[in-house]
Amino acid sequence: MKNNTQIEQELYIKKYKLENRIVKASRISLLFLFLLFWELMSDLSVIDSFFFSSPSRITLLFIDMCRNFEIFIHTGITLYETIISFIIVNVLSILISVILLSFEKVSRIMEPYLVILNSLPKSALAPLIIVWLGTGRKTIIVAGISVALFGSIINLYTGFIQVDNEKLKLITTLGGNRKDQLTKVIIPASVPIILSNMKVNIGLSLVGVIIGEFLAAKRGLGYLIIYGSQVFKLDLLILSIIILCIIALLLYQSIDFLEKRYK
Amino acid sequence: METAYSDLKTTVKDNTILQLHNICFSYHSLLGETDVLHNISFSVKEGEFIAIVGPSGCGKSTLLNILCGLIKAKEGHRIISDNISIGYMLQHDHLFEWRTIYENVTLGLEIQGKMDKENTDYVLSLLESYGLIDFKDKKPSELSGGMKQRAALIRTLALHPQILLLDEPFSALDYQTRLMVSSDIGSLIRHTNKTAILVTHNLSEAISLADRVLVLSKRPSEIRKDMNIHLTLPDDSLLAYRRAPEFQDYFNEIWELLIDEK
Repeated sequence: MKNNTQIEQELYIKKYKLENRIVKASRISLLFLFLLFWELMSDLSVIDSFFFSSPSRITLLFIDMCRNFEIFIHTGITLYETIISFIIVNVLSILISVILLSFEKVSRIMEPYLVILNSLPKSALAPLIIVWLGTGRKTIIVAGISVALFGSIINLYTGFIQVDNEKLKLITTLGGNRKDQLTKVIIPASVPIILSNMKVNIGLSLVGVIIGEFLAAKRGLGYLIIYGSQVFKLDLLILSIIILCIIALLLYQSIDFLEKRYK
Repeated sequence: METAYSDLKTTVKDNTILQLHNICFSYHSLLGETDVLHNISFSVKEGEFIAIVGPSGCGKSTLLNILCGLIKAKEGHRIISDNISIGYMLQHDHLFEWRTIYENVTLGLEIQGKMDKENTDYVLSLLESYGLIDFKDKKPSELSGGMKQRAALIRTLALHPQILLLDEPFSALDYQTRLMVSSDIGSLIRHTNKTAILVTHNLSEAISLADRVLVLSKRPSEIRKDMNIHLTLPDDSLLAYRRAPEFQDYFNEIWELLIDEK
């Protein structure tokens, strides 16, 4: 015999699971409905498929571009450039914020410059980077770095200085110096901030890389988007945007996974 | 400018291990100078348990920071015997969530590069006698408030300090736990014959734990009274100190001193 509390608990769990299922099912059906609607509208010529493309045309193009691996090459290049600039942004911003933290005066002096560099629209820098570094992979990676770096430094530095002063005092009472405070308290206490900052960085690196590819590339998804718009191959343009969506999601999810594992 | 403060190390004369002479301290902000401590002098004998009480913001914690050498006073001098090390227990346990209890209590040893067998065995024996040995691989969040405070004490004791400075170490605990932990720590300090200086707001705690109570005045603080405490214990229970016949008199006397100020 089950008693009342058990029955109530089971009902509660059932209700919870049912709700979850409804949410998931609705998400998927929303996507299918949208695709179906889009396809129908273009088949019935309500919208002009030359400008608005259609799911079937995009799928055909995708299959076609898979045959000669073309789409994988472009996607791979964008992914590669994004990951490289993401790694450089994280390493540099951790290093620089540790330096700022170690020399309080330097951080006070640098503060307005960081704020200006952070609020500057980085796309304005891209033409300058092209003039300095030419067109090519280096330029695109630097563009990716320039978008994410300064905000990342500010985020990390702000996180670092928010560590409880009493915890730092504890290290001093145990005979530790500034280096011990950094390695035993500040860095480990800031791991959650470093991880959540990475989530921001990966998105911004991708933005920077796409801007770079718009202006200075012969390959990559950013190039495909610009090329597609110039020659009115809107199937290609929309396909590239869809792949970009998927990449952005996957990159974000992988860092989210890291963050959850840490917890 | 002449530095009016000095920090001296000498060998032990009689059994005084720590002395403050005419300590003055003030801190500066853009709004001006605030005098915190004025002419504070007292000496600490080996094995003594001293409690410091006083109104809020009177500079009790500043005094502890000067006692252990974390900050330097403006005037006066501090004399400390050779080979005396000071352990400091802060208000909150500050156990690090990214470390296990064992890694937390050995933090001081790790920082000072003293993680040898002798010291780690000592830490394990402390964990054993405080009933924390089964929790040594757990994270701090899995422990109760009282257990965390005991772990913080072990972290301090691991470095073999001769003098313990306790800065309101029980104030973050609920009342019941507070009574238990304070009597625990009190009896430990007595049994190991350690010297201790406790800063507290709680008069009962000060009277029941200490041999001597220093009553500070409002800022700029002076010592209003340096009183010895002798309690006749009715039994050996946890709250015996609080039931001693002299307890209430001491309590009233200190209370009068504290509220007597304008």
